Amino acid sequence: MQTKRVVFSNRGLPYALLAPQLAITFVFFLWPAGQAIWQSFLREDAFGLKTSFVGVENYLRLLREPDYLNSLSVTGVFAVSTTVLSMGLALLLAAAADRMIRSRDAYTTLLVWPYAVAPAVAGVLWWFMFNPTIGIMSYLLEQLGYDWNHRLSGTDAMIMVVIVAAWKQISYNFLFFLAGLQSIPHSLSEAAAIDGAGPVKRFFTVVLPLLSPTTFFLMVVNIVYAMFDTFGIIHATTEGGPSQATNILVYKVFEDGFIGLNLGSSAAQSVILMVIVIGLTVIQFRFVERRVAY
Amino acid sequence: MAAIDLAGVKKTYPGNVTAIHPLDLNIADGELLVLVGPSGCGKSTLLRMIAGLETVTEGEVMIGGGPVNKREPAERDIAMVFQNYALYPHMSVRGNLEYGLKNRGTPRAEIDARVEEAARILEIGPFLERKPRQLSGGQRQRVAMGRAIVRHPKAFLFDEPLSNLDAKLRGQMRVEIKRLQRSLNTTSVYVTHDQLEAMTLADRVVVMNAGRIEQIGKPTEVYERPASLFVAGFVGSPPMNLFGTDELKTEAGGSLPESIGANTGTIGIRPDAVTLSANGNPAIAVTGTIELIEPVGGESHVYLRLPKTDRVMILVVRGHEGVSLAADLTVHLPVGALHQFDAGTGRRID
Repeated sequence: MQTKRVVFSNRGLPYALLAPQLAITFVFFLWPAGQAIWQSFLREDAFGLKTSFVGVENYLRLLREPDYLNSLSVTGVFAVSTTVLSMGLALLLAAAADRMIRSRDAYTTLLVWPYAVAPAVAGVLWWFMFNPTIGIMSYLLEQLGYDWNHRLSGTDAMIMVVIVAAWKQISYNFLFFLAGLQSIPHSLSEAAAIDGAGPVKRFFTVVLPLLSPTTFFLMVVNIVYAMFDTFGIIHATTEGGPSQATNILVYKVFEDGFIGLNLGSSAAQSVILMVIVIGLTVIQFRFVERRVAY
Repeated sequence: MAAIDLAGVKKTYPGNVTAIHPLDLNIADGELLVLVGPSGCGKSTLLRMIAGLETVTEGEVMIGGGPVNKREPAERDIAMVFQNYALYPHMSVRGNLEYGLKNRGTPRAEIDARVEEAARILEIGPFLERKPRQLSGGQRQRVAMGRAIVRHPKAFLFDEPLSNLDAKLRGQMRVEIKRLQRSLNTTSVYVTHDQLEAMTLADRVVVMNAGRIEQIGKPTEVYERPASLFVAGFVGSPPMNLFGTDELKTEAGGSLPESIGANTGTIGIRPDAVTLSANGNPAIAVTGTIELIEPVGGESHVYLRLPKTDRVMILVVRGHEGVSLAADLTVHLPVGALHQFDAGTGRRID
C-alpha cells in the first residue's frame, strides 16, 4: 500500500490532532496497565494497613497454584471452543444468506440482533433456558434422556457458557463472512462450475481459500473476545463454577482481586493475561498471516 | 468439437422481463460465431444460457446434437473465458490450468502433458509457477485462454474477453484468438459490444438488439447489406449516415432518383461511399459546410453540416485533399451505394 506523506504547515497541529486518541490510550490503557504491573510486585495485608514489595513472588505463587493452572486450561478450552463454534455457525449462516437475493437483507438484520444484546443479558437468557428446573432446553434434553445440570456438572457448565459466548459472537462473524463472500467475484464460482467442481467442492477449493484473510482476522478477534469480553457472561451464569470448571482467567482476576481482595495476585494475573493476548496476536499476525495472503 | 443449436430459445426473468425473445441459431462445427450488440441486448445472457449459467425459460439448447438444458455447466463440456478472466487468485498459473482437469479425474501424466501443450501454444511457460496477481493483463488473458484450451472442450465461449485490455494489446490478442481458434478448429461463440472486434474475428456475425436477432451473416454481408436500420447504424465506424427520405429530398434540391421507393423512410450511405465527384455515375449531389476534419492517418473524416436540414453528414476522404475547414463542399452520393429502409418496419428494401 502506498503511504502518502502529509506535510502540515503548523508543527504543533499533528500533535494536537493526535492528542485526544493518545490521551484516551494513556488514561484507559497505559496508566491502568502500568498500575497493574506495579501492583503485581506488591503484597497487602488483610486489613489494608501495610503494603510491601515482594518482587516476583506473586507470579511464582500463581504458577504453583493448582486453581490457576486449572484456569489456564479452562480458558484454552473455552476460547478455542467458542471460536470454532461461533465461526463455524457464522460461516454456515453467511453462506446460506449469500445465496439469497431478495431476502438477504432481512436475514442479515435478523442475524445481527444478538450482537445488540448485552453479555449479562445474553447470559441470563440462556441461563433460564438451560435452568435444570424450569428451562426449556434442559426439559428437551431430558426428553432425549440427558440429565442436564450445569450447577453440578462441570462439562454441562462449560458447554453452556461456550454456547452463550458463541451465540453472541455469531452476529459479528456473520457480518464479516457475508461481506467476505460478497467480495468474491461471482464469475470465480461460475468458472469453477464450468471447470467441473460441484457446489461443495467449489466451496472448499475456491470460496474458503479466498475467505482466508477474513477467517484469519476473525480468529484473532474471536480468541481475544473469548478471553476478555466474556466476563459478563460467566458472571451472569456460572460465576466460574461448579468447582472452578468455568473459571476463565479474566473471571479469576476479578474473583481473586475484588472478592478475595488479593490485589497483588490479581494484578499479576491480569499482567499475565495481557502478555498472553499480546503474544497470541503477535504470533498470529507474524506467522499465520503470511500463509493466508494470496 | 461439436455444433451448437438453439431452437426457440427464450429467457424471461422474474417480473416478466424478457431478456431473449424466442430465437433460433445454428452454429456449425468449428465455426467462430460472434454475438455483437449494445449493452443490454441479451448477447451475454444468450452465451450464459449456452454455458448453463442461466436457465432456459423456453426452447432447447443443443450441443453436439443432444439437448443440454437440464445439464450442469460442468457436464456440457464447454470452456468459458470471462471478461474479468476469473482466474483463481490463490492458485498458481499451473494450478489454474490443472483445476478443471483434476476435477474430472484426468490422470497426472495427461494433466502434465496438456498443461505443457497449452503453455507452449500460449507462451506462458515461464509464468507457470506464478500467482495471477503477479501477471500483467495480457498474461492473465493468456492464462484464461489456457484454462479453456487444456480441457479440449467441445466449444469455447468468450464473454467480452478483451474489454479489460488496452487498445494495442486488444488488437494483438484478437489476432491470437483468431489464429488459435483456426488451428484448434473448436466451435466458438464470442460475445462483444465492439463491432470492429466482431467484424475482424467472426466467421459469421449475429447482430442483436433488445433480445432479438437483427441479422446473421458474414462480416462483409452485415457491413455491405445491413438487414435493418439498427444494423446499419451499429456496424461500421464512422457510422453510416442515415437520413429521412424527406430530409435528403430537401438537401438534394427537391427530387430523388426513381430508385427510391415509396415505402422508403430512411436512406443510408456509408461515409466511405460518399464521393467528391460524380464520375459520371448517377448520384445525389448535396452541399454543406465543413464543420470538422478528423485526420486519422491515411484518411480523414469530414463532418459536413447540411444547411437546409441542419444535419451532419460524415464522409471519408483520402489524405486531406481538397477539404478545408469552414469551406463549402458539394459531395455526391452514388445511387448504387444507397441503402433503403422501410418507413414502418425499418427493414432493408432492395
